[in-house]
Amino acid sequence: MTEQTPALRLEGIVKTFPGVRALDNVSFSVMPGEVHALMGENGAGKSTLMKVLGGIYQPEEGRIVVGEESVVMTSPLEAKSKGIVFIHQELSLAEELSVAENIYLGELPRKRFGLVDWDRLYAQTDEILQKLKVGFDARTRVGDLSIANQQMVEIARALTVDAKAVIFDEPTASLTDAEKVVLFDVIADLQSHGVGIIYISHRMEEIFKITDRISVLRDGQYRGTLTTAETNEDEVTQLMIGRKLDLRRNVSHHELGGVAIEVRNLSCGDLFHDVSFKVRRGEVVGFYGLVGAGRTEIAETLFGLREPSAGTILLDGEETVIHSPIDAIAKGISLVPEDRKGQGLVLGMNCRDNMTLPQIDDLKAGPFVAEGSEIAIFDQYRDRLDIRTPGWKQQVGNLSGGNQQKIVIGKWLSMHPNVLIVDEPTRGIDVGSKSEIHNLIRELAAQGYAVIVISSEMPEVLHVSDRIVAMYSGRIMCTFTSEEVTEDNLIQAISGITTDTAA
Amino acid sequence: MEPGTLSTFLKRGAIWGFIVVELIFFTVAGEFLSLSDKAFMDLDNMLLLFKQSAPIGIIALGMTIVMINGNIDLSVGATFALSAVILLDCMTWPFFAGLGDWVIPVAWGLALLTGIALGAINGLIVWKTGVDAFIVTLGSMLGYRGLVFMYNGEQPTSHLNWTLVDFAEAQWLGLHTATWFLIVMTAAIWFLMNRTVHGRNAYAVGDNRDAAVNAGIRVGPHIMINFMIIGFLASLSAVVFYSESGSVNPNDGELYELWVITAVVLGGTKLTGGAGSILSTLGGVLAIQLLRKGLGHIGADTETVNLVIGCILIAVLFLDRQLNLKGKEELRV
Amino acid sequence: MSNISGNQMGGFGSLKEEAMTRLSKSSIGGFLARQGILVAFAFFIIGFTIANERFLDPDNIMGVVRSSAILGVMALGVTFVVISGNLDLSVGSMMSFSTIVVLDLHDKIGPTLAIPAMFAMTLCLGAIIGFLVGYLKLNSLIVTLGMLSAIHGLTLTYSGGKNMDISDKEGTWFGVFGQGDLLGIPVPILLFALLAAFLGMVLAKTPFGRKVYAVGGNGVAATFSGIPRARVVFTCYLMSALCVATAGLIQASRSLGSQNTVGQGLELEVLAAVILGGASLLGGSGTIFKTVIGVLILGFIQNGLLLVGLQFYVQYVVTWIIIILAVWLDIAAKRGKLWSQIA
Repeated sequence: MTEQTPALRLEGIVKTFPGVRALDNVSFSVMPGEVHALMGENGAGKSTLMKVLGGIYQPEEGRIVVGEESVVMTSPLEAKSKGIVFIHQELSLAEELSVAENIYLGELPRKRFGLVDWDRLYAQTDEILQKLKVGFDARTRVGDLSIANQQMVEIARALTVDAKAVIFDEPTASLTDAEKVVLFDVIADLQSHGVGIIYISHRMEEIFKITDRISVLRDGQYRGTLTTAETNEDEVTQLMIGRKLDLRRNVSHHELGGVAIEVRNLSCGDLFHDVSFKVRRGEVVGFYGLVGAGRTEIAETLFGLREPSAGTILLDGEETVIHSPIDAIAKGISLVPEDRKGQGLVLGMNCRDNMTLPQIDDLKAGPFVAEGSEIAIFDQYRDRLDIRTPGWKQQVGNLSGGNQQKIVIGKWLSMHPNVLIVDEPTRGIDVGSKSEIHNLIRELAAQGYAVIVISSEMPEVLHVSDRIVAMYSGRIMCTFTSEEVTEDNLIQAISGITTDTAA
Repeated sequence: MEPGTLSTFLKRGAIWGFIVVELIFFTVAGEFLSLSDKAFMDLDNMLLLFKQSAPIGIIALGMTIVMINGNIDLSVGATFALSAVILLDCMTWPFFAGLGDWVIPVAWGLALLTGIALGAINGLIVWKTGVDAFIVTLGSMLGYRGLVFMYNGEQPTSHLNWTLVDFAEAQWLGLHTATWFLIVMTAAIWFLMNRTVHGRNAYAVGDNRDAAVNAGIRVGPHIMINFMIIGFLASLSAVVFYSESGSVNPNDGELYELWVITAVVLGGTKLTGGAGSILSTLGGVLAIQLLRKGLGHIGADTETVNLVIGCILIAVLFLDRQLNLKGKEELRV
Repeated sequence: MSNISGNQMGGFGSLKEEAMTRLSKSSIGGFLARQGILVAFAFFIIGFTIANERFLDPDNIMGVVRSSAILGVMALGVTFVVISGNLDLSVGSMMSFSTIVVLDLHDKIGPTLAIPAMFAMTLCLGAIIGFLVGYLKLNSLIVTLGMLSAIHGLTLTYSGGKNMDISDKEGTWFGVFGQGDLLGIPVPILLFALLAAFLGMVLAKTPFGRKVYAVGGNGVAATFSGIPRARVVFTCYLMSALCVATAGLIQASRSLGSQNTVGQGLELEVLAAVILGGASLLGGSGTIFKTVIGVLILGFIQNGLLLVGLQFYVQYVVTWIIIILAVWLDIAAKRGKLWSQIA
């Protein structure tokens, strides 16, 4: 294998954002006919690397080599023309158009006068669809397909190009087992035609089933490549997480208070089922699971954004119904949402206004906003959370991710909630701010807040939680205390492998 | 049946169902209320209805393309007026005096070129500046109207060419010239949107612009061409209408943009782009015209037509939302 | 958002940060972009003053403000709606409605009752729109387009298609809102100024104003912060209806008689003034002060062009160019590039 020219080679890629070194000298290569897994925690730099490869970001240093040719990717289109094809996690399809039109988007076969050559289009498409063994034909409207079938359309699109390398980004996230089998066949087929495949996934089981080698990123750095046949899950996990993880496991040394929030048999449609748990004052409970496991949806339900289809919520032992976020806030529940920019902040407003938004009605001097009290609140939480900003007038959109997140946290702390739910607290945040936020969460627990932390990053969950709830596909698999938990049983629980470990 | 197919079907067929309901309602109600003895579904009445639908209808075809594309054009009324002014005025230019009746195709050509040029200006601004089409065309709606006034002050521009009037008033196979133009353009635009690469790309750009860009569709020129098409259709509408009337006031065509958008939305074209059908737009145009005539027929104050159309528009929007609701799992945002 | 960049990653926003920092550094360009509208305004004033010395005459200025008052009052309300992230295309026909109603009721129940009755009816219309857009979450463009048509029909039905006139034009005090003076200031200007001051305070200084910006800036984040989005949008449309009713009052009082279509087409001119003032159609930005500037620019351009001997319609063309330039510079400043990135 070493004698061969790689299908795709990355050399010393560096990409920085203000305050973050998102990719730090990353190199790796994919051989023709190889399935190469790219692994790493969320925020390790996989997405950034893919954006560099797709021409969306320009790296500051390093080069990309396709075959023997060193290329500069300036657009997704250019990447495609070089034979680099992406199968995205999020679909990029036009729903109103037919399957065939989507597959050949931008490259519809033409007859004279700009007419579409429908016969050729459908014939070519049907040929590809046959290869994929899917149950729909070229004329189906994409909007009428299930998500999984839409994914197959996306995959079919890759087969139209003379691809040198195909990148699959979490392709199985929405597929059923039967569909996965088809997908793996497709991958094997591509492989046999000498295409190099980069396979991004969190699912160990799949990785060990179909890949040849595994490369690992951590904190934007390349951590090495393992040959799949010669390694095991532990070794990969170790590489992904680094050694720091077992050093600092947290155990609360303070007294826990009463149960602040209890959830009994809560369900919401297909999103999650029969979920029960309690959080005591002074306790941090971590929710760990893959994307789509239903964790965020539970948080949204507790915050009044979704209507549960069954089950009860008890606050301080009293059964309650939460109708809306306003209601939730009044009952002492706060949510630091997953999507900081989309849900947490009004980016065009200044720091102070964002921080005091939920309590703006209470900060009045006569009919007007009491700006003095607002600034006082802002100053107080700026100092307490060490928010680095030139002043309250600064637009939140101009702050770094970490400082933005602190504004969101400050917003809720200033409301003195009983229950604080924090969803992906450190997503897209630099390492320094990360540990500050972790310490803050611990501190809040010590002060008697009941805290729920939702995270896809294992070290984070392990670090901040007193107890960890592992979720898989809308259900709680197990609950671990921080003394008894190991990464292995945690990973197994969230992959749906075992259900009968400690309860 | 896949989920969503039923509601899609309902939506696609709805406008024609609505037209049938209108026809039945006005026919029956007309029996009891009509002030005239003529039946509502009278052939002449229907032929006239088609003819009267033509000016708005032809523009609405273009608006459908632009809206499928995810844009909007508020300047069509002003484009309509300016093209009409050019059409009528240039026939009186001494420069063309020697042409005799050959001045007609020249005048038509100039008027249509005016429309295409105005559309191109809109499209170019949208493309190059990245300003939202709503604002760009809101501005040019004022600007083009200003040009109309600057051309001939507040005076009407008039010129009757009898050859032209005869042509415009002619009937062929029972249908008026204007109706033929509407039919031919509907067919042509339907063909454009359903059979050509450009048309299919228009859907793709409106549905998922980033996907279209990533697939290598050159969105800028594409958008500009669509604005040129709607400009062309607005001026064609003027050509058809003013060949017969022979006189244009500088305020003519005002509020056309709103009527046209109403018709297109009634026809089910999505405001956010990506979905819409030329035939349904034609349905929307006919439905409005039918309502107008029908209310007159049953002796209702013709002015209530505005009230009824407004309410129907909102009702359609409401129903559309109800059909698309995903149920309880929706986030309450 | 692109499918690739749609993948959650902190870096995407950082790019925007970069652009913003870059822009704030190039201060002249940034200043022009941010304050371009004031610069253009100053430029026009200077130009017209040189061209015609009567331009800065107090009587002339008063005349301009006075004739801008109706448009201006309506623009104040629309500013609320636009900042909350919606549109209101119905203000023109709603203004016709108010005018016709108050003129009709004037003769029937007398001005003292007619005015509150008209305000109540107009506010009802505003409440309907607010309900449809706020609580039912229907698209505001289409809803207000439908209402434009519906209210127009309502007005015509109400008036039977006829013009409305006050029978005893000499004997009524009703003309005071459109024609009167108070302390030497025309009442329309006074109403405009008072309403602008009041609504400016509401928008800039009260909790409600803050919520309007939050809802328009990021409706989802506002909901996640416990802001009752529907109620805020609803109230914005009520504000708009209040302004429209005031404008209708001035209009009716000024002419003491009116056509059914008196407000026709005003909706887009009003919107032009608001956009010219720098409010973004996406919501979340704009101020009452800037809208007043936008209104005055439109008024002064019209006046200035007339004074230098050009017809009123030249202002349409000038307005067109100014609107495009103003919005273009604004977004060019935000993206840090003059030309769009569209291929």
